[in-house]
Amino acid sequence: MITLVINGLEVSVEEGTTLLEAAQFYGFPIPTLCHMEGLSPYGACRLCVVEIGEGPKAKLVSSCTYPAQEGLRVRTASSRVLQARKMILELMLASCPQSKTIQDLASAYGVRQQRFRQEYEDCILCGLCVRMCEEQMMAKAIGFRGRGQTRSIGTPFDIKSDVCRLCGGCIYVCPACQLRCTYTEPEKAICGGCANLSPPCVEKDPFDDMMCYMEPCVACEIDKN
Amino acid sequence: MKADEILSIVDKHEGDRGGLISIFEDIQAKYSYLPAEALKVVADATGRSPVDLYAVATFYKSFSLKPRGKHLCSVCMGTACHVRGAPVIGGEFARQLKVTPGETTPDKEFTLETVNCLGACALGPIVVVDGHYFSKVDSARVKQIIKKTRDGLDEAEIKADRRVYLLTVSCSRCNHSLMDPDHPIDGSPSIRVTASSGREHGWIRLSSLYGSFTVESEFGIRTDTIVDFFCPHCHAELKGASACPLCRAPMISMIVRAGGIVQICSRRGCKGHMLDLNGSGF
Repeated sequence: MITLVINGLEVSVEEGTTLLEAAQFYGFPIPTLCHMEGLSPYGACRLCVVEIGEGPKAKLVSSCTYPAQEGLRVRTASSRVLQARKMILELMLASCPQSKTIQDLASAYGVRQQRFRQEYEDCILCGLCVRMCEEQMMAKAIGFRGRGQTRSIGTPFDIKSDVCRLCGGCIYVCPACQLRCTYTEPEKAICGGCANLSPPCVEKDPFDDMMCYMEPCVACEIDKN
Repeated sequence: MKADEILSIVDKHEGDRGGLISIFEDIQAKYSYLPAEALKVVADATGRSPVDLYAVATFYKSFSLKPRGKHLCSVCMGTACHVRGAPVIGGEFARQLKVTPGETTPDKEFTLETVNCLGACALGPIVVVDGHYFSKVDSARVKQIIKKTRDGLDEAEIKADRRVYLLTVSCSRCNHSLMDPDHPIDGSPSIRVTASSGREHGWIRLSSLYGSFTVESEFGIRTDTIVDFFCPHCHAELKGASACPLCRAPMISMIVRAGGIVQICSRRGCKGHMLDLNGSGF
């Protein structure tokens, strides 16, 4: 067992536990985006930052990848942490404003403005879908491609993968996109799983005000053809 | 493209964990790009997932998934070159070759690319064509560089070289001197490098007289075999960017103390060599 101090409370956890698991076990909330139980930690979104150490040596680390150490002093909600978290959310809003998950987090952490150039990406490269595909679905149909600004997620050569079983797991875990599914372009379709779902807007007549968040709507596109 | 050619490249690097980049380098050296079918063959042969191979192939700028031109033209866009007008030069190349950076001309002659720093900032703006450095380039010289390349940079230079003189060379990676005064060849200090060919590995001493082809080596090397040369200090491979103008084998490049680069053919018995003193005031 390892003893460490989280927000002034002395706690003990088993060896190999990450700071995130320890904090969540003892009830300190830490927001996450690229973390999911059952998938390997990745540390991409940095939303789970916590402050460790004391005084001038204090530093921010991503709690999902940092293993608990004996005697470590962790602060999960210091002003520095909150500030960093807000900035991260603001940057995410700048790249991916249409994501419900990011909007909810931003609202929960009091981000009221977005000061950066607005982009409308449909991917924040959190790698959840890649890990889902590899670790849970044992398929490895999608992966990262390119680097830097042109980094993207998809299949090699944008051709439908042989190993993809259309499970839809990648869409299920995606925090950013409602549009990862590109069924209307069958050649590029990552999964095509949506073809098996009942169209979400077919029965919207009784709900005049109901808004379809899919743009363009897959079902409507199929309907048109 | 034949699958067995790719397989023989894969076999060469077998047991070499993380040898993927070496495999890709060899494939690219052979075909000038990484054909999609080749990636498939490598995936099957090494048991790696195509996703991982594609990730590596697209991550590194030196790999191309599209066929590349005969001549690679790199325009430096590093900070020093940038402030001295590299964007104008890049634009001029793009205009004259009628391609955007990263593309290849339809006649498969030129591939234009921008690079971030070539490490020769004092000579900027720098343009490198097939391993030949052009320094302090201005837009008026662009046309001349393209013409020179079309005529054949290497052939032109070999024809011009009829001189014999002493060279002091160093490793192009660690800049350590390769000179060995204790073992003179042709009456002057020899150049000592490490060579490996097949399973053999040992020193090889070259004459430092430019134009002399006297060689001594620790092990016998059959004529026509291509030898890999390494720096005896940092163990980096002394591979040059271009191919021998006489036999197309890879060239070995070393830095000349006075400035510039000397390249010799890695094939035993081939006399292809060139001295590139561009931008050094010669």
